Amino acid sequence: MTAPAAVEVAPVPMTAKRRGAQLAMLAFAILVVMGAYASVGLGLDGKIPAGMLTYGLGLGGLMIAAYLVLARFAPWADPLLLPLVTLVNGIGLVIIYRIEQTGQAGASATNQLFWTALGVVMFSATLIALKDHRALQRLTYTMGFIGLGLLVAPLLPFIGKEINGARIWIGVGGFTIQPAEFAKLALVVFFAGYLVAKRDVLALAGRRLLFIDLPRARDLGPVLIIWGFSLAVLILQKDLGSSLLLFGTFIVMLYIATQRTSWVLIGILLFLGGAIVAGQIFDHVTARFEVWLDPASPEFYDRELGGSFQLMQGLFGLGSGGILGTGLGEGHPELIPLSFSDFIFAATGEELGLTGLMALLMVYALIVQRGLRTAIAARDPFSKLLGGGLSFILAWQVFIIVGGVTRLIPLTGLVTPFMSAGGSALLANWILIALLVRMSDAARRPPPQAIQDEGMTQVFQR
Amino acid sequence: MNGTLKRAAVACLLMFGLLMVNVTYLGAVKAEDYRGDSRNQRSFFARYSVDRGWITADDGNTTLAKTVDTGGDYRFERQYPDGKMYAHVLGFFAPESSRGVELSAGKYLDGSHPDLLVRRAIEFISNEPPKGASVDLTIVPRAQKVAYDALRASGKRGAVVAMNPKTGAVQVMVSVPTYDPNVLVEPNKAKVATAFNKMVADEQDPLLNRAVDKTYPPGSTFKVVTAAAFLEDDPSRTPETQVDAPQVLDLPQTTVGLPNYGGAACGGGQVSLRYALERSCNTPFAKFGMELGWDKMREQAAKFGAGEPLPFTLPVAKSDIGPEEELAALAQLSIGQRNNQMTPLQMLLVAAGIANGGEVMTPYLVHKIVDPDDGVMDETQPKPMSEAVSAETAAKLKDMMVSVVQAGTGTGAQIPNVSVAGKTGTAEAGDAPAPHAWFIGFAPADDPEVAICVFIEAGSAGTGATGGGTAAPLARDVMQAVLQAK
Repeated sequence: MTAPAAVEVAPVPMTAKRRGAQLAMLAFAILVVMGAYASVGLGLDGKIPAGMLTYGLGLGGLMIAAYLVLARFAPWADPLLLPLVTLVNGIGLVIIYRIEQTGQAGASATNQLFWTALGVVMFSATLIALKDHRALQRLTYTMGFIGLGLLVAPLLPFIGKEINGARIWIGVGGFTIQPAEFAKLALVVFFAGYLVAKRDVLALAGRRLLFIDLPRARDLGPVLIIWGFSLAVLILQKDLGSSLLLFGTFIVMLYIATQRTSWVLIGILLFLGGAIVAGQIFDHVTARFEVWLDPASPEFYDRELGGSFQLMQGLFGLGSGGILGTGLGEGHPELIPLSFSDFIFAATGEELGLTGLMALLMVYALIVQRGLRTAIAARDPFSKLLGGGLSFILAWQVFIIVGGVTRLIPLTGLVTPFMSAGGSALLANWILIALLVRMSDAARRPPPQAIQDEGMTQVFQR
Repeated sequence: MNGTLKRAAVACLLMFGLLMVNVTYLGAVKAEDYRGDSRNQRSFFARYSVDRGWITADDGNTTLAKTVDTGGDYRFERQYPDGKMYAHVLGFFAPESSRGVELSAGKYLDGSHPDLLVRRAIEFISNEPPKGASVDLTIVPRAQKVAYDALRASGKRGAVVAMNPKTGAVQVMVSVPTYDPNVLVEPNKAKVATAFNKMVADEQDPLLNRAVDKTYPPGSTFKVVTAAAFLEDDPSRTPETQVDAPQVLDLPQTTVGLPNYGGAACGGGQVSLRYALERSCNTPFAKFGMELGWDKMREQAAKFGAGEPLPFTLPVAKSDIGPEEELAALAQLSIGQRNNQMTPLQMLLVAAGIANGGEVMTPYLVHKIVDPDDGVMDETQPKPMSEAVSAETAAKLKDMMVSVVQAGTGTGAQIPNVSVAGKTGTAEAGDAPAPHAWFIGFAPADDPEVAICVFIEAGSAGTGATGGGTAAPLARDVMQAVLQAK
C-alpha cells in the first residue's frame, strides 16, 4: 500500500493510489452512518439504539472487506467511489431502519443489511472475476440477449409477478427479483460494445439538412429497435421509469459514441412521439402527467388510482422538513406511502431537511463525476463508452426518481440507487460500481514504464 | 470521444443542478405552504408533540389542566381533572382550535413565547420534546366548587364571578350549564367536531361563558351606578338626602308611567336615598337618570368600565347603557332596563370599585407563569383600571349597600359576624316570562376581600325568582367560602 519506489526514479508523473485517504474516508462514512443510527434512537426514545453497534460494525466490516478486495485486485482504483457509495448505502440503511421503527409494512433494515452484504459480495466477485473489463466487449451480443431476456422475464407466465400495478418482478424461490435492474447493466454493456463497432457508420454516413447532419434512414434501425423495446416495456409492464431510463441512456451513449447532436434530437422526438401515443392509449400515463401539473387539486388528491396522494404526502414531508429537517426520528415518514422505497428521498428530506438532501445529491453527483472522469481517462473507446454509459445511467436514474418525487418532472417509479429498500437494485448497483472501480483501476494504472538499464535493454513492465 | 463525454458530464451537472434548485425551492420557498396544508397530518401531530404546560390554581396546589405523556403518535394528551367546573375559565385545547386560558396563555403553555426562546433552542439541540410553561390562576378552588355546586343544584342557568376588589384577582368564575372539555381534546378531528357541533346546537348553550360572553339587562343592580352618578353630581348629597319617590313616575311623551316593582308604593312619596336603595324603588332612580341626562349616566357607567371592551384574560363582550334616546328610555336604562346591557363581570366591577374606595382594579385570571424549571417567569401585578367614584361617594354607597343587606331586599346575603354590602336586581328580559335575577356585593364591608356578582338567567329560575330570593343566598355561600379559604 505504499507508493512504488519507481516514483523516485521515473520522471513520468504517476497517479497516487491514495489508499490511506480512501481508508480514512471510508471510516468517516461509517462514522457518519453510526452517528445517524444513534440520532434515530435518540430522536425516537432518547436512547442510543441497541442495533447501532450491530449495524455500524456490520456495515463497517462489510466495507473493510470490500476495501481489502479493492486494494488487492484494483489497487489503482479511484479512491472516492467506495467511500461515497458506502455513505449513501449507509444513510439508506438508517432511513429504512427509522421507517421500520414506525411500523410501516415492508420496511426492514435487517433485509436491507443482508442485501447490502450480498451487494458487497457481488462487488468483490466482480472485481475478482473480471480482471479486465474489456473482456466484456467480446460478450456484446450475449449481454444484449441477456438484457432483453431479463427485461421480458416478468412477462413470462409462472415466474412473472405483478406488484402495485407494474409487472416488473419475477419470483425465484422465496425471493422476488426486479430483473430490469440487472438488465440495465447488461444493456449498457451491449450498447457500449455495439456502438463501438458501429459508431463510424452511425457518425459519418448521412446528409446535411439545414444545420443538422441527419443519419441515413437505414441507420435509424438500432434506435428504432431500442425505442420499440422501451415502448414495449412501458406498454406491457407499465414501467414508465425503466422505459425512460433505458431509452435516455441509449440516446446519450449514441451521442457520446457518434458525437452527433442529431441523434439526441431524433431521440427526443421519438420519446415525445412515444409519450403522446402512450398517453392516448393508456390512462395511467395521462394520469401521471395531469397529477404532475396540479398535484394539490383535491380531485387528484382524492383519486383512488393514479392520484396525487402519495406525491403530496412526499411534498408535505419535504415541506415539513424545511431547511434543517425535523431531525432523525422526529418526523412522520410513515405518512408517506412506500416511504422506504420509491419515496425514500422525500422521507429523508423530512428528517434531514434541505441541508441533508443537498449533501446526498452532492454525494451522488460526486459518484457520477468520478465515473465520468474514469471514462475520460480511459484509453480505449469501449471503456470510455462503458464508463460514460454506466455513470450516466446512475445520474439519469437519480434524476428521474428524485425529480419525480420532488415534482420537477412527472413521477415514474424507480428505485433511488443505494438508498431504496430492494435487493435487486442494490446488487445491480454494487456491480455497476465494481465495473467503474475496475475501469478506474485500468485508467489510473501507470502506463508501462521504460526502465533504462545501462542504455542497453528496455524492459516493459505493466 | 472525450468531447462528447465532457458534454455528457455537463448534462449530468445540469441534472443535479436542477434537482438541487428544485429541492431548495421546495425546502425554502414552498415549505411553508406544504407545512400549513390542512391535509398535512404533521401539523396535527405537532400540536401534540409539545409537553404543554399545566394550568393550576392556589399557587400550584390544585391542578386544573395537565398533560400526560402517552408515548404514542399524539404524544401529549391534555386532561382536565375538574373539566366541567372550570370549562369556561380554561377553555379547551382541541385539534384545530383552543379557547379560554388555553388560548389566551397559549404561547406560554406551548412554549412558543419569546421569553422561552432560549429554552426552546436548547430543547431543539438536545432533542427533547418542547416543554411549555405552567400557568397558575387566581381562582380559589374551594369557592369555585361552592359556586359551581350551588348553581348546578339550583337547576338554573347563570354565572357567578367573584374577585378580590383590592387587586382584581378573579377568585371564582362559574357558568352553568357547562360542558366537559375532555371530550374536545381528543386527537381526532372528526370526533371532536361532532361533539363540538352538538354543543353548539344545544339550546342551553353550554359553551357560552355567561360571565363574560354575553350582556344582559342588569336591572336594579344598576341603581348603584345611578346612585353613584347622583351622589357624584353634588357632593353635598348623602344617603339621608330626601328624594321624590312617587308610586308611578310619569314618563314624558308616553301615556304609560313607570311603576315600582310590583306596583308597590315606596315610603310616603318622599324617602331617603338609603331607603330608596334598600327597597329598590324604581321611581327615584328613574327620575335621577332623567335629571342627570344620558351623558352623565354614560360617563358614570364608563368610569366603571362599560362602553369599552374590558381588559381581561378572556375576551369580554362590551357592556353599554344603550344609545341616547327619548327621556322615557333614559328613565328605564337608569334602573337597568331597556337597552342597558351589562356582562356579569362588568357588574362585578361596579361592586368591586365601590368596595375598593372608588378605584376599579383591572380584573385578571393569571396569577403567575412558571417556567418548566419552576422559576417564576412572570407574576401579574395588580393594576388600577379607573377611578369610578370619589372615596367619599364610595363610602356613602357602601354604607347604603350594607343597609340593603341588613334591612332591605338583600337580606338573603347576610353572613353571621360579617358585614356584607350588596344590591339585588330583578330585570325584565325582553319577552321572557321570567326576569333575570342579579346580586352584586362584597364582604367584609369595612375591609373587603371578596366582591361578587351572581347572575341567574331569565326563564331558568321560575317566575317568582328575584335577586333577593334567588341570587343573594348563592352569593352569600360563595363569599363565605372565599373568606374561609383565606
